[in-house]
Amino acid sequence: MSTPDLTVDDHPAPGVTPTPTEPGGPGSAEPPRRKANAPRRPGQGRAGKILLGLLAWFVGLLFVSPLLWMLLTSLHAETDASTNPPSYFAPLTLESFVNFFGGGNGANPWPFLINSAVAAIVSTLIVLVLSTMAAYSLAIRRIERWSDVLFFLLSTKMLPMVAGLLPVYLVAKSFGILDTWLLLIIIYSAMNMPIAVWMMRSFLAEVPVEVLEAAELDGARLPRVFLQILLPLTAPGLAATALICFIFSWNELLFATVLTSTAASTAPVFLTSFVTSQGLFLSQVCAASLIISVPVLVAGIAAQDKLVQGLSMGAVK
Amino acid sequence: MSAPAAERASQPITPPKPRAKDRWLKRAPMLPALIFVILVTQIPFAITIIISFMNWNAAYPDDISFGTVQNYVTVFTDANLLKAVIVTVGLTVGVVLASALLGLGIALLLDRKFIGRGFVRTLMITPFLVVPVAAALLFKHAIFNPSYGLINGLLTTMFGENAPQPDLMTSNPLLGIGIVLVWQWTPFMMLIMLAGLQSRPMDVYEAALVDGAGPWQTFRFITLPHLRRYIELAALLGTIYIVQNFDMVFTMTSGGLGTATLPYVIYQEFFVAQDYGVASAVGVIVVIASLITATFALRTASTLLKEENS
Repeated sequence: MSTPDLTVDDHPAPGVTPTPTEPGGPGSAEPPRRKANAPRRPGQGRAGKILLGLLAWFVGLLFVSPLLWMLLTSLHAETDASTNPPSYFAPLTLESFVNFFGGGNGANPWPFLINSAVAAIVSTLIVLVLSTMAAYSLAIRRIERWSDVLFFLLSTKMLPMVAGLLPVYLVAKSFGILDTWLLLIIIYSAMNMPIAVWMMRSFLAEVPVEVLEAAELDGARLPRVFLQILLPLTAPGLAATALICFIFSWNELLFATVLTSTAASTAPVFLTSFVTSQGLFLSQVCAASLIISVPVLVAGIAAQDKLVQGLSMGAVK
Repeated sequence: MSAPAAERASQPITPPKPRAKDRWLKRAPMLPALIFVILVTQIPFAITIIISFMNWNAAYPDDISFGTVQNYVTVFTDANLLKAVIVTVGLTVGVVLASALLGLGIALLLDRKFIGRGFVRTLMITPFLVVPVAAALLFKHAIFNPSYGLINGLLTTMFGENAPQPDLMTSNPLLGIGIVLVWQWTPFMMLIMLAGLQSRPMDVYEAALVDGAGPWQTFRFITLPHLRRYIELAALLGTIYIVQNFDMVFTMTSGGLGTATLPYVIYQEFFVAQDYGVASAVGVIVVIASLITATFALRTASTLLKEENS
């Protein structure tokens, strides 16, 4: 830190800890609550600040550069993609994307993408319903020992699921549901449930108690309280929870590899087999990786403000 | 920690009536999720413990018996497994430390105002949002590949024909895996630290400024202590996720060249060697090790939760 003030003005937004409002600069008269980005104020033109800003830009670009390289390579022809030195300015073409979607050589990716989408979306819906119900018990009804329940759920998340892989495989085999959507949906729902309960609990806990009391005094019954009060108030939280569950399900590889073979195989599994079965086509590998990452990139960037809360299971806001 | 939450702690909406029926009515909405999780994720562990005491190799279906500790003997006398433990611990500790430090530094950078801050933050998050398999393939083939990867390509561009052309995936594949993991997990660490930075109580900083504290003193004595629990949380959550990592090893090296981690060994014993007994014994050991880590993680998380409700 080379500049002297670290600084007071940067933080008009005390997110978690309530603080007495300080009579600070003109910008901090009414601190907006829990905003990730403090509003910028111009006119702090100091060389150090500018340098640190540039450094931040540099680091950001450095971190995103592998992705940009992936994009550029996917837009090059195969012959231009694997040269040394790289053909940075080779003509762009959509050839690899066309090939990936079955225009030329190789397997059709659509069944895999559809399997992934079904497993991720259906499991996410199941998780949303069950976790909201559970969170209602934990956050609103405040059942006894609610925090014990939460910590039990958290602890399940800390045990490596790989240790239960074999029993899951054997049981699924005996039920005859290996290589089905159903099995993936069950596994992904259970995998994401603890995170979702933690997230939804922290969102429901933010609903002002007065609102619920007023509704109870009015004699509103539970379904109405749920639909008309809780759901609108927690809609952003629900959306964030959904996106996180979707991302984890979409990314999952281990269980998909072991529990599916042909009928229900998912996009990440397809991606791993893509290289070995077809030899290396660098441009096509990049195109495939990009396409399979797009749903997660879109979901994640859309949910970025809630990403922390989700990943820390609601512990950090 | 918001005011409503605090109020609710002291005065519940419904006054507690110790009637069993009411209690179960309140609990009922929670049960489906809880039972579902126990059935699908906890019962398998119990079965794993049972199988770990069985002599069971899928290649010899007629020779299955129960009541042996031979699997554990095999596991503990297997040099490969000891190696896997070391690799897993080393990889996890290295990746968590590197990404936590980078994450902290970048969070401090992003915590200041500059033009395009929101955009840079979005840029920083994107590595975390690449499907892990895709990230592994990208680095293995498009970046680390010795003959046409980006790194050696850049070296040739800069230094000409005689530029050094390292082959990371052969000379130090574990470092290669580590780099991809750090690339993906630094954003995660950064996000948690940034949340911590933005929750700092500002009045303390004003007081420090009035008292004439320098930037380093402010950082050392105010920012760092405040961030401590966020750093702990980020490190512990990162540990939980990274220790279980399977995708990178599977995609980049298939466990070869001394990169097999414990999750990969379990997969291999089960899927390739088909020795269910040994695979389960490894699983039990991994679960026990995780339980020890989890105890620490839970303690940290519970401090955060207590503060929220105090």
